Amino acid sequence: MLTLYGESLPSRLLLGTALYPSPDILRRSVEASGSSLVTVSLRRESAREKSGQGFWTLIRELGVRVLPNTAGCRTAREAITTAQMAREVFDTPWIKLEVIANDDTLQPDVFGLVEAAQALAADGFKVFPYTTEDLSVAERLMAAGCEVLMPWGSPIGAGRGLMNPYALQMIRAYFPGVPLIIDAGLGAPSHAARAMEMGFDAVLLNTAIAKAGDPVTMADAFAKAVVAGRLAFEAGLMPERDMAQPSTPVAGTPFFDIGHAS
Amino acid sequence: MLKILVNGEPLDTSAKTLGDLCIALGYGDAKIATALNGVFVAAAVRSATALSDGDKVEVVAPRQGG
Repeated sequence: MLTLYGESLPSRLLLGTALYPSPDILRRSVEASGSSLVTVSLRRESAREKSGQGFWTLIRELGVRVLPNTAGCRTAREAITTAQMAREVFDTPWIKLEVIANDDTLQPDVFGLVEAAQALAADGFKVFPYTTEDLSVAERLMAAGCEVLMPWGSPIGAGRGLMNPYALQMIRAYFPGVPLIIDAGLGAPSHAARAMEMGFDAVLLNTAIAKAGDPVTMADAFAKAVVAGRLAFEAGLMPERDMAQPSTPVAGTPFFDIGHAS
Repeated sequence: MLKILVNGEPLDTSAKTLGDLCIALGYGDAKIATALNGVFVAAAVRSATALSDGDKVEVVAPRQGG
């Protein structure tokens, strides 16, 4: 069972709620994914349209826990204020902390991230930092009070999977007891399965499902991939070899000629 | 009248507090959060938060997110 900040979650697939073709497809995709934690955001609300109110009703009807984000924030100060507003609106101390360095890569600004994480954790927030695979940044985030880390697989929306598996393997090995969630960049169920096979505790994705030809079916595919990957991790993968080794017994091979043995 | 910015848009208002402003704009009991000049203002203290000329008000609500 996935446990984050003392709360148990039945699914290791965490879902974003943006970019879906319609609210109904979003609802059916969340249901098909089996996810019990979805990310949400805060945006400027027009008093005339009040478009956020209908979205909030939809999320409440889904009965899932929400993880508000600070998407789009460029400084620690913006992220802190956004987190404070999110805590009040969504009535949760959980916050997916994003401090973005630049628009082209949407890479985390790890300096602002650590600064904001320190302030928010001291203020009682349960911080889920969207970070890189950098070990020293991860250590700073842990020292700041983060009990969960969310390294990227590849840039947000890129769909390229795990671009730096070596470094991700390092961070997994370095923090064996810390919940690690691959956040961003997954494009295919096989990417999610690989992350889970490597021992990551969960994956968080959005675009791969929302922009699929059939998001509801893709949500089901990701759900199965996450379960398969986790089971494989728990079962223990066989070690890789450089050379072939026959699986069928050699002893008793018909027509075996000792002269051909090498 | 005060000249302020609400969600980046200029507004002339006679509201004296952030609470009055939210009522005047018609947010009613909508699920919103507010910030004044980049600082969070909790719902409980909006009515005690005075507005001044040039203030920048943010009013946000739940939205889809990744």
